[in-house]
Amino acid sequence: MPQDITNAIDVRQAVKRYGDFTALKTISLSIHDNEFFTLLGPSGCGKTTLLRMIAGFEDVTEGEIFLYGEEIENLPPDKRPVNTVFQNYALFPHMNVLENVSFGLEMLGKSKSEARTRAGEILELVQLSQFGARKPLQLSGGQQQRVALARALAPQPKVLLLDEPLSALDLKLRKAMQLELKHLQRETGITFIFVTHDQDEALTMSDRIAVMSAGELQQLGDARDIYEKPANRFVADFIGETNLIDVIVKSKDGDRVLCEFPNGLTLTCDAVDEMDVGKTGHMSIRPERMKLHQTQVEAENFKGKVVENVYAGTDVQTIVHLQNDMKLAVRTQNSDTGKAMIFDPGTDVFVDVEFGSARLLAS
Amino acid sequence: MAGGAASGGSTQGDTYKEARNWLLLPAWVTLSILVLLPVLLMLVYSFLTKEFRGGVIWEFSLGAYDQFFFDRGLFGDEPPKLEWTYITIFWRSIWQAGLATILSLLIGFPTAYYIATRSEKVRPLWVFLITIPYWVNLLIRTVSMRFMLREEGPINNALVWSGLADSPIQMINTNFAVQIGLFYSYLPFMVLPIYAAVERYNFSLSEAASDLYASKWTTLRRIVLPSVRPGVVAGCILVFVPSMGAFLAPDLLGGAKNFMIGSLIEEQFKGNAGNWPFGAAASMILLSLVLIILTLYARQQARANKAGA
Repeated sequence: MPQDITNAIDVRQAVKRYGDFTALKTISLSIHDNEFFTLLGPSGCGKTTLLRMIAGFEDVTEGEIFLYGEEIENLPPDKRPVNTVFQNYALFPHMNVLENVSFGLEMLGKSKSEARTRAGEILELVQLSQFGARKPLQLSGGQQQRVALARALAPQPKVLLLDEPLSALDLKLRKAMQLELKHLQRETGITFIFVTHDQDEALTMSDRIAVMSAGELQQLGDARDIYEKPANRFVADFIGETNLIDVIVKSKDGDRVLCEFPNGLTLTCDAVDEMDVGKTGHMSIRPERMKLHQTQVEAENFKGKVVENVYAGTDVQTIVHLQNDMKLAVRTQNSDTGKAMIFDPGTDVFVDVEFGSARLLAS
Repeated sequence: MAGGAASGGSTQGDTYKEARNWLLLPAWVTLSILVLLPVLLMLVYSFLTKEFRGGVIWEFSLGAYDQFFFDRGLFGDEPPKLEWTYITIFWRSIWQAGLATILSLLIGFPTAYYIATRSEKVRPLWVFLITIPYWVNLLIRTVSMRFMLREEGPINNALVWSGLADSPIQMINTNFAVQIGLFYSYLPFMVLPIYAAVERYNFSLSEAASDLYASKWTTLRRIVLPSVRPGVVAGCILVFVPSMGAFLAPDLLGGAKNFMIGSLIEEQFKGNAGNWPFGAAASMILLSLVLIILTLYARQQARANKAGA
């Protein structure tokens, strides 16, 4: 099969089994050159296994992996021009920071002085120049994280693999590192493959995201795609917050589908998946895509009663009870002008679902 | 090796301080009686005058040390020359023990590494298997090693039978036999500390090294070995020190030619022919030598740590 040499990584029909347990079920995906690509999923979904297969730490049970057109799945890790930032950093404790960062360059046959010079430049890039002589244990978690990053970047890998590198940092530092990673990726032009279970992190940093669950690829797309057009119930639920409602297709009119909720209410939405009348599916409505009104503004508005308001800084989450025990979560942006949109508990309201924001999912 | 004591309790202030001192008392008493007193006794004996049928006369003398280092002729009236006999025995002990330590390390390290990388379930079983031979008395094991190595023994029989050797190879009563005996006696002391160190080793460091283009061998040399070095050093000390003073293996496997310091000391206290002050002096010299080696190591270690900080 001719290979596309412009793709950084091509995973073809890759399967990973441990004895009877299948960790990865036939995954195929392409990662473009110079892309910030994220493998996102809950723990145990196979994302780290896939990353370790690309790095060479795990054998590929079936299938192939190509790096810029070159087949690599049978090469040992030290023969693959990719480098990894490990979750626990895995810095060499008996070497100082400079020695850690220059290790890979020395292994590639660079002279000691050349390796040290280049390591010094990389340390400057991650703002750690003055820490070269320190041992890893004398650094803070955030600094260790940067050393791990510098060490993996120093040999100028064709692809940089990052295995949940920010999970051990506190929120503020994590946010700062997210931006820094994004800048580094732009600056170096190296393809980044980033593994995380944190959807915020994935949405903020990635050019494209592969959402995984139970060893399978659920959806591949950019942040907007997977947030606004989730392919299935799992993606809709995993990415961001959403109201997931079981529905039955009542009637179809071209691209429009009329769905009925368990409580008898109906809503018209776009048909995305091909679904026949009478079929059951799921409807996903994002809380921020609904508005509360005192009076009915559209024919399909739901009548309900405010039960609870949860103040969350930038917005307020309101729980609304509809007829027959159905609940909806609605988010309202916090602003002076929007104040009128927030109602006290006990108030009767109408919920307006923006057209196009309710998404019907077959599975 | 130091620094393990200051872990728990010290933050509790004075509450437990007194209790702790009392709890340590039995250990102090036992160690004093069993370790400190005998050593002091030997130190004193080494400066006394010998009694001809064993035992000592309570009279200060440097005779034992003089006899160790100087030759003053048969009647003791010639000008002193350096006495090489005992220094040679010491020197032989050092390199015999050294070779046995190297042999133990070469065999013990892969063994320990293998055990430490098995699944957690089977590791205790492997450790147990390593200790099984030590349920048999050391003397019995050394004697059976003699049977194994002798000319009509199973090893030579197998060599001749398989055609690897034309005639039985002389193995018993050689330095080689002594090293094998020492190696066999003290191998677990090498395996167990290294096992403990490798078990604690973070194997993602090896992954990181191979990810950074290091070969398996380079990873072992530059990442694994430095990380498990305390275990390796402990193992080497635990094999080297008892090997230096061993007398069973040299006696039973080495024969008269391969006399070691342990046998020399043993002879001085055996039967009526012994010379107690001389045996005590040889023990003190052995002890000093070991302490000097350990101190040098500790110094070098401290310097290395300082340089790293």
